[in-house]
Amino acid sequence: MLLQTHHLSGGYQNHPVISDLFLSLKPGEWLSLVGANGSGKSTLLKLLGNVLSPQQGVVRLDGVAIHTQSAQAVAQKMAFLPQQQTIPGGLTVQQLVSLGRSPHQPWWQWELNAEDQHSVDLAITQVRLTSLRHRWVEDLSGGERQRAFLALALAQNPKILLLDEPTTFLDVRYQLELLELLKALNHDRGLSIITVLHEINLAARYSDRICMIKAGEIAAMGTPEAVLTQSNLAHTFGIQTLITKTAVGLMVYAIASCPSELDHHGAPR
Amino acid sequence: MKSSQNALVNAQMGLVLILIAILLMLFCLSLATGSVSIPLQDVVTVLQGQSPQKASWSAIILQFRLPKAITAMLAGSALAVSGLQMQTLFQNPLAGPYVLGVSSGASLGVALAVLATTVMGAQRIALTGSGTTIIAALLGAAGVMGCVVIAANYVKNSVTLLVIGLLFGYLTSAVVNLLLYFSVPEQIQTYLIWTFGSFATVTQRQLPLFLGLVLTGLAIAFSQSKSLNLLLLGETQARTLGLTLSRVRLLMIGNVSLLAGTVTAFCGPIAFLGIAVPHLGRSLLRSTDHRRLMPVVVLLGAILALIADLVSQLPGRQTILPLNSITALIGTPIVVWIIVRRQSHR
Repeated sequence: MLLQTHHLSGGYQNHPVISDLFLSLKPGEWLSLVGANGSGKSTLLKLLGNVLSPQQGVVRLDGVAIHTQSAQAVAQKMAFLPQQQTIPGGLTVQQLVSLGRSPHQPWWQWELNAEDQHSVDLAITQVRLTSLRHRWVEDLSGGERQRAFLALALAQNPKILLLDEPTTFLDVRYQLELLELLKALNHDRGLSIITVLHEINLAARYSDRICMIKAGEIAAMGTPEAVLTQSNLAHTFGIQTLITKTAVGLMVYAIASCPSELDHHGAPR
Repeated sequence: MKSSQNALVNAQMGLVLILIAILLMLFCLSLATGSVSIPLQDVVTVLQGQSPQKASWSAIILQFRLPKAITAMLAGSALAVSGLQMQTLFQNPLAGPYVLGVSSGASLGVALAVLATTVMGAQRIALTGSGTTIIAALLGAAGVMGCVVIAANYVKNSVTLLVIGLLFGYLTSAVVNLLLYFSVPEQIQTYLIWTFGSFATVTQRQLPLFLGLVLTGLAIAFSQSKSLNLLLLGETQARTLGLTLSRVRLLMIGNVSLLAGTVTAFCGPIAFLGIAVPHLGRSLLRSTDHRRLMPVVVLLGAILALIADLVSQLPGRQTILPLNSITALIGTPIVVWIIVRRQSHR
């Protein structure tokens, strides 16, 4: 397994959000974390990304406990794109993306070498920001910024990409473009991906597996077809749904928000 | 598109060359002007190791003005680089080298030394630059910074750490006020004059120590340029890009203590430069890439410190104005004008 958790618990100060969780990610797999607001998806992603330290249990990256590896060693294998980025003033897109090479550079290397430059150019091309590479990041639109930060993560040449709601600031077209790009990277480069996604239909369409989180625990995990059932959705989100199968995958329609009228299996009382 | 990048790099290189030229000009001017005016030609003659028109000019330049000009440049650079590190580390444009209590700690040390002489009935201690004052200020600054560094081990959030530093500052200021309340007027005057700041207090004998401490701090700051660039993205993203946050934070706080503490101990608490120069540097360079910004900030700090020193000594007169007032009086309008102009052009 590329990434694995064992009895993982964690959260903020004395308030555990994730409790006793087992999870694994295979090479080349796309796993999406879905769940209601406050269920612990982003906290889980931070624990997996070594941004938060576990209160109990362990996260293993390439079979080695992540907390025993240096931040630089982790960053060489895994990139993390937080939900909200700090927009740096006075940096161009190229300068921003170049920072993605930091984990691969010794401290005395100040400028990009040929390999770094190739990775930066490739990342900028992949997110289609070539024409904007010398623009200030602060002058970009929300969608362009998101793509610039994705390029920063890609420039790290990671094996695993962790993305916390990457489609938040994007319109429908850019949402699809971004996820198609990730799918291509997933297929062509064997990039393993974990995303937190609010949009269940996008999770169903692009993920190999879905992990449904409720109150810091796994409510269901498996293929989209196995996880996105009326019963699971009612239990986790408290919604009544209609699910149909289309050419691009499952489509989930939220019909009503009436948890009081449903039992915990999603069936009418 | 490549040409626009090259144009930006050329403009940045041009800025550095212009700043170096201005600094050299001001350096010569600061050696030439004072209560006795010396022609620039004679200044160059003395610097070349030859005899000027009047023998006394050689002594004036080498024993008094040269150490003062070098001190001003080093102090200005040290404070400016400290401010840059603090503003990036805490992601706060109002952070400066003194917000973590360095200045207050040094002030406490000096105030304690002043009061000690009162209590023990010792001879009144000399003004700024005396060994007692320097040691007292260094110990005071190191003591407060030690407390902040200990706090940094327990507090993960940089903003909280900033608040703790400010509170330490208030605490030490309160103790200083109490000490001054129980001091005699002569001792209060001694302390007050120290707070005005001066670049003329570092003697030829002390200069190598001052130079060594400041250059060490500047070298450490330069070596952290890449880490500072990562911190522009926020602590979370910096960490996921391989930065060991706790180590870098301690190193930078320690380095700011070294730079600002040294300057405060030798020259008194000099305000304004540390907060303003980094903003000025970013505005002129139009970049926050610390690999390019650091040299610009070093040069600007030295330039502004020399200008302030030139004005404070009122060329041709015997009176010397308080340096701290001059740095703010001259610097504020210039910096505000440049920043506003740059903002409106973007």
